[in-house]
Amino acid sequence: MSDTHAQTVAFVRDTMLPEKAAPSGQSGAIKWLRENLFSGWFNTLLTLVGLYVTYSFVVHFYPWFAHGVWDANSLKECRAIITDRYGEGATGACWAMIRERWHQFLFGFYPSELYWRPVLTFALLFVAIGPLMFQFVPKKVIWFTPLFPFVAVWLLWGGSIWAPLLVLAGFVLGWAVFSFVGKYGSIAGFSAGAVVAILYFLFAVGPLIDLFQAMMPIGIEHVDSAKFGGFLLAITLGVGGIVMSLPAGIILALGRQSDMLLIKSFSIIFIEFIRGVPLITLLFVASLLLNYFLPPGTNFDIILRVVILVTMFAAAYIAEVIRGGLAALPRGQYEAADALGLDYWKAQRLIILPQALKISIPGIVSTFIGMFKDTTLVVFVGLFDPLKGIPDFIRADFNWKGIYWEPFVFVGAIFFILNFAMSRYSMHLENRLQRDNH
Amino acid sequence: MTTAPDAPEHTGFRLSQLIYDTRYRSITIQIVVLFLVMGFVGWLVDNTIQNLNALGKDFNYGFLSQRAGYDIGNALIPYNNDMSHGRALLVGLLNTLWVSFLGCITATVIGVIVGVLRLSKNWLVGRLMTIYVEVFRNIPVLLWILVAIALLTEAAPSPNQYKVNPATGEAQTSMVLESVAFTNRYTAIPSIHFDRSLGSLDTALAPISLNFLAIVVVLLASWFAVKLVNKRAARVQEATGVRPTTLWTNLAIWVLPVAILVTALGINPEEPVLKGFNFVKGTNVSNAFVALWAGLSLYTAAFIAEIVRAGILAVSKGQTEAAFALGLRANRTMSLVILPQALRVIIPPLISQYLNLTKNSSLAIAVGYLDLRGTLGGITLNQTGRELEAITLMMLIYLVISLLISGGMNVFNNRVKLKER
Repeated sequence: MSDTHAQTVAFVRDTMLPEKAAPSGQSGAIKWLRENLFSGWFNTLLTLVGLYVTYSFVVHFYPWFAHGVWDANSLKECRAIITDRYGEGATGACWAMIRERWHQFLFGFYPSELYWRPVLTFALLFVAIGPLMFQFVPKKVIWFTPLFPFVAVWLLWGGSIWAPLLVLAGFVLGWAVFSFVGKYGSIAGFSAGAVVAILYFLFAVGPLIDLFQAMMPIGIEHVDSAKFGGFLLAITLGVGGIVMSLPAGIILALGRQSDMLLIKSFSIIFIEFIRGVPLITLLFVASLLLNYFLPPGTNFDIILRVVILVTMFAAAYIAEVIRGGLAALPRGQYEAADALGLDYWKAQRLIILPQALKISIPGIVSTFIGMFKDTTLVVFVGLFDPLKGIPDFIRADFNWKGIYWEPFVFVGAIFFILNFAMSRYSMHLENRLQRDNH
Repeated sequence: MTTAPDAPEHTGFRLSQLIYDTRYRSITIQIVVLFLVMGFVGWLVDNTIQNLNALGKDFNYGFLSQRAGYDIGNALIPYNNDMSHGRALLVGLLNTLWVSFLGCITATVIGVIVGVLRLSKNWLVGRLMTIYVEVFRNIPVLLWILVAIALLTEAAPSPNQYKVNPATGEAQTSMVLESVAFTNRYTAIPSIHFDRSLGSLDTALAPISLNFLAIVVVLLASWFAVKLVNKRAARVQEATGVRPTTLWTNLAIWVLPVAILVTALGINPEEPVLKGFNFVKGTNVSNAFVALWAGLSLYTAAFIAEIVRAGILAVSKGQTEAAFALGLRANRTMSLVILPQALRVIIPPLISQYLNLTKNSSLAIAVGYLDLRGTLGGITLNQTGRELEAITLMMLIYLVISLLISGGMNVFNNRVKLKER
């Protein structure tokens, strides 16, 4: 058969032809352009509009950036230099203002010889959150985390070392009582610990601080809250709010999910009230009304007052995020915890919350980003935020009168970097935790 | 014979049961919490009373009926400084609602466009939209409002730069679309003018133009008529399987009556005209309002874009393919299959964005637009010195607005959400 076949076919190819390159329209850059930018009339139109928008942005803003002046002492000088270099009518940024005033954007009016303190605090912040955020940090560092708030408060505000130490001692005392009495029942332990700690804070801590300070005056220079400003203020308020609002939010969320009617209603009333009013009104409460609500003669630090209100605000939002996480857990998890005979707090701590918090991470991080952005609103109660307070102060200087765009760009860029980093980190965390599942 | 031991004999109630018996424990805890909360609230109230006494103040809202004595630049209802603080409050409240309402609309429009474009296959446009969303989301809204007001007051021309130079026949600046002029003091936009007026209805709140009322009535009537037509079409479809074309009838019902009415009333846009140093005719909108509106819209739009994108991505590709397999065309696939499912995902977060926008409108303080916070919580508070009354009332009003918005949107949400059997 093959013989006949061989006779009927005159030629049989026995080698493969080399592959031909795809037609030029179907490969490489042209194909990519066709598919991604010019796949139809509408797409082409979009591309052209996009190109035009990009072009006009570049044309408008590039010269402004490129003509930036770094060495001048006033806006007038800047403009003179720009006109000198690039001709009449040229626009340019006056970055000299940033060079001269960057420290006010970062630290406000914090004494310049003490800048090392906020910087050190910021560095220690990463040590404190390192073990929580990154896997490569040794786990033992976590011992530093609960100590960090005390260290940070002491470093930032200064004053006697005994105040933070003795306040810390109060917590340790409460915890010691809790673990000692806790052997006879968790509720008894909790109440005893709380009562002892509260009594200590109400009556003992003040005299003790004075006593120790009189015996051994150890301390660093005190810095008043009025000197805080710029990103130091924003980050202090942001981190302070975050640290306190997360536990408060968890408790509120558990309260809202509780079977106990009263606790549930109190939680709902608190959450809905806080979520229903703008942050500005709460800040006004902090600055104007708190003095009414506290015993006559009380007058405490404005930053602390703002942190308390910001914490309440963030806690209500975080509670809702965590409630979403709690609701998303399958019913079986709750039932399994009950079946194991765990009591309420053990079930929450070991089974429910780890899973619910994991689900809520993106929401929690975006609440934090929102809160960090909202710290700029403190300008309206007279604090120097980096966005409006500090630039307004700088513009009050005759040299920099009328400088608008440079502070916007500078401060906006810093906010963008910090918030963008936070949101990327939350995405990374989501991925990491998802992998752990499988 | 052994039997399981009976339940322990009920030996009366012991006090320790209040803590150790789960039946009573929750009651104990609730009572303790109730006492703690009541004690705390009582403590706050007591402090407040003491502080008020010490300051020689009382707690009453009588100041709301006193003369306000300050002017409000952009009042939506008639207002002058001889009117009461209560009236000023109302003007501020309406300003808050007005800027929030417009902001929600523009933010939704921009947000939907950006969200859809971000999903487009077009590489360039997708990247541009990503940049827009990330930049606006990660920078405080206060900055965008300040940038908007700075653009308007610092970079916009003064009104007289729109003046046509008689020698050259050209102006230094020209209006956008020949009808909108951004100036460093206000934004001049065309207003609607009717040649014939039906008169106006005087109410306690504000005079209502009967022309507008007539238009609203006609539009409502059209809406009902369209609903009827659609119902009939649905009935015919149920019965015969063929849906009669309703597009043209509906369009006619929507457009024709209104068109006839407004032509009869002699509608014409009144464009701003430069006279002397200012624009006359048309409407001059304050820059504070424009800046606040623009800032809020652009910022919130970035969030809405992400919500829309997530909503569309949440509908699995199989749904589209199934719709195509059934022979639905692309636009019907969108309206009948994708959108109803995407909306369920989109609406709840959208509600909270609307709420955020409304609450953020209190940033009017940054540009000097007199909203609720500017009137009641600003000038009225400073003039009367009644912080406690003003701020609590202001918080209460914001709370009511928020609850109303979320309530209304929840009703809408219930209508579109999955009807499970």
